[in-house]
Amino acid sequence: MTNLLEVKNLEVSFKTFGGEVQAVRNVSFHVDKGEIVAIVGESGSGKSVTVQTIMGLIPTPPGKVKNGEILFQNKDLLKLSKREMQKIKGSKISMVFQDPMTSLNPTMRIGKQIEEGLIVHQKLSKTEARRRAVEMIRLVGIPNAEERYNQYPHEFSGGMRQRAMIAIALSCNPELLIADEPTTALDVTIQAQVLDLMKDLKEKTNTAIILITHDLGVVAETAERVIVMYAGMMVESGRVNELFENPRHPYTWGLMESIPDTNAAHKSRLVPIEGSPPDLFSPPKGCPFAPRCKYAMEICLSEMPPAFEIGEGHHSRCWLNDPRAPKVENEVAAGREKQ
Amino acid sequence: MSEALLQVEGMKKYFKIKKDQTVKSVDDISIEIKKGETFGLVGESGSGKSTLGKTIVGLQSPTAGRIIYNGVDVETLDKKSKINVNREMQIIFQDPYASLNPRMRVGDIIAEGIDAHNLAKGKARQDRIFELLDRVGLRPEHARRYPHEFSGGQRQRIGIARALAVNPKFIVADEPISALDVSIQAQVINLMEDLKKQEELTYLFIAHDLGMVKHISDRIGVMYLGKMMELANSYDLFAEPLHPYTQALLSAIPVANPKAAKRERIVLAGDPPSPVNPPSGCRFRTRCPHAMSICAEVVPAWKEVKPNHWTACHLYN
Ligand SMILES: Nc1ncnc2c1ncn2[C@@H]1O[C@H](COP(=O)(O)OP(=O)(O)OP(=O)(O)O)[C@@H](O)[C@H]1O
Ligand SMILES: Nc1ncnc2c1ncn2[C@@H]1O[C@H](COP(=O)(O)OP(=O)(O)OP(=O)(O)O)[C@@H](O)[C@H]1O
Ligand SMILES: [Mg+2]
Ligand SMILES: [Mg+2]
Repeated sequence: MTNLLEVKNLEVSFKTFGGEVQAVRNVSFHVDKGEIVAIVGESGSGKSVTVQTIMGLIPTPPGKVKNGEILFQNKDLLKLSKREMQKIKGSKISMVFQDPMTSLNPTMRIGKQIEEGLIVHQKLSKTEARRRAVEMIRLVGIPNAEERYNQYPHEFSGGMRQRAMIAIALSCNPELLIADEPTTALDVTIQAQVLDLMKDLKEKTNTAIILITHDLGVVAETAERVIVMYAGMMVESGRVNELFENPRHPYTWGLMESIPDTNAAHKSRLVPIEGSPPDLFSPPKGCPFAPRCKYAMEICLSEMPPAFEIGEGHHSRCWLNDPRAPKVENEVAAGREKQ
Repeated sequence: MSEALLQVEGMKKYFKIKKDQTVKSVDDISIEIKKGETFGLVGESGSGKSTLGKTIVGLQSPTAGRIIYNGVDVETLDKKSKINVNREMQIIFQDPYASLNPRMRVGDIIAEGIDAHNLAKGKARQDRIFELLDRVGLRPEHARRYPHEFSGGQRQRIGIARALAVNPKFIVADEPISALDVSIQAQVINLMEDLKKQEELTYLFIAHDLGMVKHISDRIGVMYLGKMMELANSYDLFAEPLHPYTQALLSAIPVANPKAAKRERIVLAGDPPSPVNPPSGCRFRTRCPHAMSICAEVVPAWKEVKPNHWTACHLYN
């Protein structure tokens, strides 16, 4: 496999009245060709800001990329001119936003919206673009493509709009698709359709996908690798099978314990992570999760843990993984054994 | 469980979108919500869940049907009693970012209802704000801050405090947790459960996350294209879904375990039909794997197929 995207030591912050919000802190990860990588984590942990930075969508000011590189096919996207970036966005990287209603143009026919990019970036003729647009509508599983081509967004249901967005994003055959909570507003049957479609595309066109979601079920069923973010940092990452089986960060344990067990015959109280995330104006010196962590040791408060390598491609930023740390039983796995 | 707090009878809510086009968002729905229960509402995107919730709390007036609250038809109430009923029914919205006015301080946001209903002034008002902040796990000094200074979960708590401020009896929670990560979801759900006990509340809980709906609800109703398709105790609904739409819905829940046996997902053919021009007979028939000829001709009756387990489907006739 080859690296398609490599994000290195990315730091992004925003100047606000209250001070400087350190939204993304030293984030490094890569995405291979044709791979689906999920990003999960705390609300406000920097997931959207990370991918918006890749797309060159951070408003500056107030935002600022303070450090880092974003290598896409070995070219640093942060060093490109607006024009060059625009070109890549229309042809090699595209993005699906959480809310399809605000990102589609309500006064423009769906077909035309798909054609736009094809004509501007791919330099297709009008007839070719039209043929391709209809084909894309069909490909994303919307029946009566010819008819739908002429309709406006408000004539589409929520799930169809989301698929229309995906059609636009995919019409240029991108090498990387970024999907920020593409299914949060959809019911589970439509969600399953949309995810199937993305997996299908990956199979057929070898498109790599970065998928942001809150739903660990979606991660387990869709992604190959997963990145867990907390307070602007990557706290754990690894292959999905490995990370679900052997999670090694107390924040990841907390996430997994928070989901209700749908098979349980009796209701038990949910187990959230107590407390709230740190202030990103002045994040703590040590581990950002330490104040909420029931295993926190002295060192956790004073020193930032490094990314310990647990196994191949599996990293955890937690001092418990230091050989000198006491052994802590992973309660998630222990709970699963009991069942 | 005890008597009904709320009865919705034959409710319809139609929207005219063009001269000759009407969306039947809620089409003849009758439900009864008991005192102290949590009634979960799930279903297709665009099936009318939010419309039903908003119409019940009086944010929109129904096209047809009755809303009976504490045994009295709200339409027949005089102005003063109606204001009182409106106070007792509150709604919490999905988006904790968009639903709070960014220019108002949190204390004033929480006190909106107190001011509108003239419930308290001066020091009493201030004390009430502090009490409410405490009730939802926030601190007194938060009253002076603005919404953008809070995380998603904290904002959702502010929305809950605002709803609680007027001593409601019934709360519609319309996707209160969708925008939050799973750990904050669990915090908000626990808070809602605690408040329900302490304040003797009744909830209508709308969400797409079926695991959470099952966890919090006593009974669950399933909607499709403006109609109620099935209604049962939450355990029974998951153990034995009767309606083919419910079966498909439950089969599509993603499981947070990559090693789990591949589940048999029931894939629905085609797309949801337009609510402007819904199919004849059963509205689900165009996508139903069990559709028969009668399904196109006759609207299936709403029937109690098993004790307390209702559905509208010709398979059970
Ligand atoms: N334009 C902006 N100005 C100031 N702060 C911002 C701006 N955009 C994002 N932030 C801040 O950056 C941090 C990270 O936000 P981000 O949107 O990436 O979170 P997220 O992980 O996507 O959360 P969610 O799951 O809630 O979508 C937050 O603290 C947010 O308030
Ligand atoms: N003010 C309105 N004018 C016109 N149509 C409307 C209006 N409000 C809702 N609708 C339509 O009514 C139908 C039901 O919408 P509603 O928002 O109640 O669905 P929902 O079940 O809450 O969906 P979701 O799960 O996506 O939130 C949709 O077809 C919607 O487009
Ligand atoms: Mg986000
Ligand atoms: Mg809704």
